[in-house]
Amino acid sequence: MATQPLTPVLTRRWLSPHSWTRETYERLEGYQALHTVLVGRAGGEGPAHPDQLIQLVKDSGLRGRGGAGFPTGMKWSFIPQGTTGPAAKPHYLVINADEGEPGTCKDIPLMMADPHSLIEGCIITSYAIRANFCAIYVRGEALHCIRRMTAAVREAYDAGYLGKNILGTGFDLDIVVHAGAGAYICGEETALLDSLEGRRGQPRLKPPFPATAGLYAAPTVVNNVETIASVPAIVAGGSEWFRSMGTEKSPGPKIYSLSGHVEKPGQYEAPLGTTLRELLDLAGGMKDGIPLKFWTPGGSSTPLFTVEHLDVPLDFEGAAAAGSMLGTTALMIFNETVSVPWAVMKWTEFYKHESCGKCTPCREGCYWLLQILERMVAGEGTETDIDTMLDVCDNILGRSFCALGDGAVSPITSGIKYFRQEFLDLCKAQPAVPRPDQLDDLVGAQS
Amino acid sequence: MTQEVFDELSRQRAKEVINRYPQPRSALLPLLHLVQSVQGYVGQQGIEFCAEQLDLSTAEVSAVATFYTMYKRRPGGEHLVSVCTNTLCAALGGDAIYKRVCEQLGAPGKPLSHEQTAGEPGSPGSVTVEHAECLAACDLAPVLQVNYEYYDNQTVESASELVDALRRGEKPPPTRGAPLTDWRTVELELAGFYEDLTAATDGPSAATETLIGAQLAEASGWTAPAMPEHVELPPVPEKK
Repeated sequence: MATQPLTPVLTRRWLSPHSWTRETYERLEGYQALHTVLVGRAGGEGPAHPDQLIQLVKDSGLRGRGGAGFPTGMKWSFIPQGTTGPAAKPHYLVINADEGEPGTCKDIPLMMADPHSLIEGCIITSYAIRANFCAIYVRGEALHCIRRMTAAVREAYDAGYLGKNILGTGFDLDIVVHAGAGAYICGEETALLDSLEGRRGQPRLKPPFPATAGLYAAPTVVNNVETIASVPAIVAGGSEWFRSMGTEKSPGPKIYSLSGHVEKPGQYEAPLGTTLRELLDLAGGMKDGIPLKFWTPGGSSTPLFTVEHLDVPLDFEGAAAAGSMLGTTALMIFNETVSVPWAVMKWTEFYKHESCGKCTPCREGCYWLLQILERMVAGEGTETDIDTMLDVCDNILGRSFCALGDGAVSPITSGIKYFRQEFLDLCKAQPAVPRPDQLDDLVGAQS
Repeated sequence: MTQEVFDELSRQRAKEVINRYPQPRSALLPLLHLVQSVQGYVGQQGIEFCAEQLDLSTAEVSAVATFYTMYKRRPGGEHLVSVCTNTLCAALGGDAIYKRVCEQLGAPGKPLSHEQTAGEPGSPGSVTVEHAECLAACDLAPVLQVNYEYYDNQTVESASELVDALRRGEKPPPTRGAPLTDWRTVELELAGFYEDLTAATDGPSAATETLIGAQLAEASGWTAPAMPEHVELPPVPEKK
């Protein structure tokens, strides 16, 4: 069955007045999935067994919306259950709401418009993985979101959806809304856990994975906002309904965030597998008709696409097969007026600033890549700078502690792959500046 | 020493923050926000205060305070203006906005640079400027924040008028967020303390861009497929 171009599920309440209040949420079927799970259906079956919920989410094919696309149900099933060994420790649910990947702007509007959908998802998920404490780690700069989440959590406590003996079932859950303090790296799940433990947000070596040794070294599920906000709808509609949207391996709806040189930028919730050509049609086309030059399918850490990728299905498989990644479906769209080396330099400034400093390839690599790019954009680069950059990128990719390093090289390698001539043109503008002139100024450079 | 700056109320609040978490040290980030709400920055006294509350060494607290960009090591202005200069905002005018704001807040020929302040730090109308990384509002680019409230779809002119108004002591309302207060007040909110959470929460959030897809779907009669009447959960899987 073909679905319609837009399939509002997560965004279906956003147009309602005061959509962020419990009153509005409950009027629009809110917290009914929670009743189904904890109490059972009127005249139907009783409360759900937690393992039934894990199976349901597995069957739905829901994949993580934070960028990596890991199957959510499988992640939940990795939490050891039982009364001995690591399973006996408390279990935790941690929501990654540290939205900061350049281009990504879906979780903040979701939490502002419909915070209760996330809370309901958190309660159902905590019940499934047998957790009694959940932290929602929101980026500190997203202050208004933090207010909306905090107010919604208070409303949920008042209604008996949180706290002790929820809905009289004996299930307890506390949720804390935790404000970050400005560090992109805390979007990496193990860095987020360290940060939530009151430490510098630096990634941990894996394994052990959070499922066995997460928050306070106890079994922990870390999921993205959009992922967990999808859970109540999956409980209400079932796995087959969820699979009626999207593709076989990437089912469900997804919030595509269009930004940049388009007529109508914004949030468009469409089935996974929608193409940029289709999304551009919905968004009124390129701004002022100036042609498309390059774009990212899912944030700056996903390799660039060009005009030739307009018909790539934007799901996890489609984006990967075309040489990039779906990431966070943050579609940053740039027209012909934007210089690729300049854009790549700006992104590299970002990665250099946000590199946490823990591992050498990323810390040093990003620093030197920026030096080279700044020189090139200033018209003082040489042709060999391109090879040097690719060599440095090769030493970062796959050799860094976490995915930040991998992400940092994406704009550079893909930029050079598709727009090498633009980098060369910058060099030609300054053929008379050889590198040794600059090296003379560096003490110790000529040993 | 810390008792003079951090009074009984601060200590009570610190305890309240610590009690939110299964383990006390998790309170460190909110406590550092609390410190900033009291002192306007994280100085040595603030570090000692956190260390005392959590039974940590001052070195352990310093290590954390210096890692995160939202913790400021010097006193700043009544307001913090953060201009996004990441690629997308920059391409749409963010770099030009940042340049103008820095020039306007500085003396003639001596523009302010990152994390510098116009006016006496903490005094009414004083403004600290910074360039920020992606503020997660790319559909509303170029954006800036004042005390972490969003001012969307800015131009050089609108940003210039905004900082002028701040310098005059005015508080122009944000596009999305609560009515503008000052940086110390929002730092208290980040620590989890609100004067009137309901009023602050009701500040606007839904920009045209936020709702554009939902509105287009509604106008076109597009919906997600209807959910079935009766849905059964899968059976309890057998234990392996």
